[in-house]
Amino acid sequence: MYQYDDYDRRIITERAQQFRGQVSRRLSGEITEEEFKPIRLQNGLYMQLHAYMLRVAIPYGLLSSTQVRKLAHIARTYDRGYAHLTTRQNIQYNWPKLTDVPSILDELASVEMHAVQTSGNCVRNITADHFAGIARDELEDPRPYCEILRQWSTFHPEFANLPRKFKIAITGAPGEDRAAVRFHDIGLRIVENAAGERGFEVLVGGGLGRTPVIAEVVREFLPKRHFLSFIESILRVYNLHGRRDNKFKARIKILVTALGIAEFRRRVEEDWEASRTPELELTDAEVARVSAFFAPPPYESLPATDRVEGIVLGRDRELGNWVRNNVFSHKVPGYSAVVVSVKKQGIPPGDVSDTQMDAIASLADRYSFGHVVVTHTQNLVLPDVKTAELSKLHAELRALDLGEANANKLTDLITCPGLDYCDLANARSIPLSLEIAERFDRIDYLNDVGDVSIKISGCINACGHHHVGNIGILGIDKRGEEFYQLMLGGSPGNDASIGKILGRALAQDEIVDAVEKVLGRYLEIRESTDERFLDTVRRVGFDPFKVAVYGTADPLEAAGDAA
Amino acid sequence: MKIIRDRTIVDDDFVHVTDGSEQAAATKPIVPLAEYVKSRETLLARHAAVGVRVPSDKLPSDIPDLQRLALIAIEFPKFTDGRGYSVARMLRQRHAYRGELRAVGWVLRDQLLYLERCGFNAFEMKPGKPLDSGLEAFSEFSVRYQADVDDPRPLYRRR
Repeated sequence: MYQYDDYDRRIITERAQQFRGQVSRRLSGEITEEEFKPIRLQNGLYMQLHAYMLRVAIPYGLLSSTQVRKLAHIARTYDRGYAHLTTRQNIQYNWPKLTDVPSILDELASVEMHAVQTSGNCVRNITADHFAGIARDELEDPRPYCEILRQWSTFHPEFANLPRKFKIAITGAPGEDRAAVRFHDIGLRIVENAAGERGFEVLVGGGLGRTPVIAEVVREFLPKRHFLSFIESILRVYNLHGRRDNKFKARIKILVTALGIAEFRRRVEEDWEASRTPELELTDAEVARVSAFFAPPPYESLPATDRVEGIVLGRDRELGNWVRNNVFSHKVPGYSAVVVSVKKQGIPPGDVSDTQMDAIASLADRYSFGHVVVTHTQNLVLPDVKTAELSKLHAELRALDLGEANANKLTDLITCPGLDYCDLANARSIPLSLEIAERFDRIDYLNDVGDVSIKISGCINACGHHHVGNIGILGIDKRGEEFYQLMLGGSPGNDASIGKILGRALAQDEIVDAVEKVLGRYLEIRESTDERFLDTVRRVGFDPFKVAVYGTADPLEAAGDAA
Repeated sequence: MKIIRDRTIVDDDFVHVTDGSEQAAATKPIVPLAEYVKSRETLLARHAAVGVRVPSDKLPSDIPDLQRLALIAIEFPKFTDGRGYSVARMLRQRHAYRGELRAVGWVLRDQLLYLERCGFNAFEMKPGKPLDSGLEAFSEFSVRYQADVDDPRPLYRRR
């Protein structure tokens, strides 16, 4: 993984120093609270319902075991013994004391980490495919480009006061999009053109939130050497013309929609022709320098024989289920990628304790070249595990309560913090996710239902990504009571789609039953066990599910106040 | 009035003016963009140096004859309004504007370094904010990843 040199270290050290000064000028009154807010946000510090929250950047989700141990130490020393994995591959602490924050930043800096630009109206942490560098279906490892973008975006003077936050994701796997690039302000896909050259397909204007939009292609093929100047032009057009009068209309997707993709593209290309300089072209030397940090670890040369099949069919059912659900193919023979699920009954999705983090660091050292990856589905990946050691690893994970066999299954839920932590929320998300996990926590049922994603947001800001859940649940406030809208049909991947509301909102004591009815109907009507839930919804439409939940497909009856 | 110019605190030799009689009296007036567009020949002939004050929603292409201006002041109606950063960079790099580029309005110490990197060389701080504290802001970082107006080479061409 990337290692800081003296330049990178100086930048982060000087930033910590700068923030210390800003805090003291805030305390002396030289900076008002209003003026301090963007400063605090761009250093990762949020004010939440009960306390400050510190969001730490994990560039493209990649961590070393040393960093994981430091995160555990911070959770133990400055927080309540746990941290929370986010849907942007970051990690956040929910209970730090403001006065401890400079010390926490120093601790982070000691392991080449920071909280820079994890919030605020700037370019946020760059995210990537969590199987980057190891996926069999990958054209090219996107992480060197993520790192180059991370450096370019860090303290970019022109784009630190955008109309709104700005998120960029990259994937190098054409076949399967695990980075949800179509739901980012900018999505980059490494592609090959007819001449066999590698470059980027550039998508723009995707996003969730109040107005979910699927990104559109602004450039079909961008030569790699131009990617920074082209991204600058997109940001400049947005910075100059994006709306600043209403924060709910300020994301780039609103501008792209208002102008239309053709006019937006014209403006970007026009700016690009006028602004790109030879200096901004990426050099081969820089690509080589950064790529060297992502060179493959010293894999052993192992036979390609797959022991996975043997394990699945073996006697240990628990192990078999885990291998079937949580182990993914690896580009190197004899190795596998392992999803360590932190979605355990009774634990809020994404929460991970200090002892678990220490244990995972140790497992990473012993099984996976000391690397851990955070997924945007709030789990962890051990990327380079010898297939022959899977059963040994599983035994250790099980002992740590981290052996759940539910990756991409019903109980692998995504939720926002909801009303328990967040002052924007209308409804609680975590208790609902716990209830769903409890209701469906039977491995045979999970395996029978197969791959299905449930995503829960406590309000229309959609931090739980409910629009792209195969089943999406949105908390709303109805005359002071918590209600939930049920949506079906969302997908974040190459087959991107936005879920639609099934019918009238459901009360707290109805929503989990409704999910069960939807799944029950799916099991009855799917064409075969190979037809995934999402495929069935797309094939048959909503009527069978409306009947299952509301007793009628009558649009008026079922619709109620759904709009 | 004191301003920061080229990292030094100096007395401002320009004056912001709005109506015609004020304009006539000033040696170095800063006039609103609309006024300049309306009567720029008179202004440029009458004064030793003319500055123009540009609202935050205007682009360099909205400023006619900009090479004849001694000063362009970009308004920051709010410290979070980042349009001026792009406008400044365009003026310096695309239009090769070499006169004084001044940030006016809600300008704060913690914006100064980024503003300077985008091409501003003069700053009217928000009233009530100390100027000397502002001077420290320019040297808070010794390394920059990006190209900027001072140096068109990103760090990867200097590393």
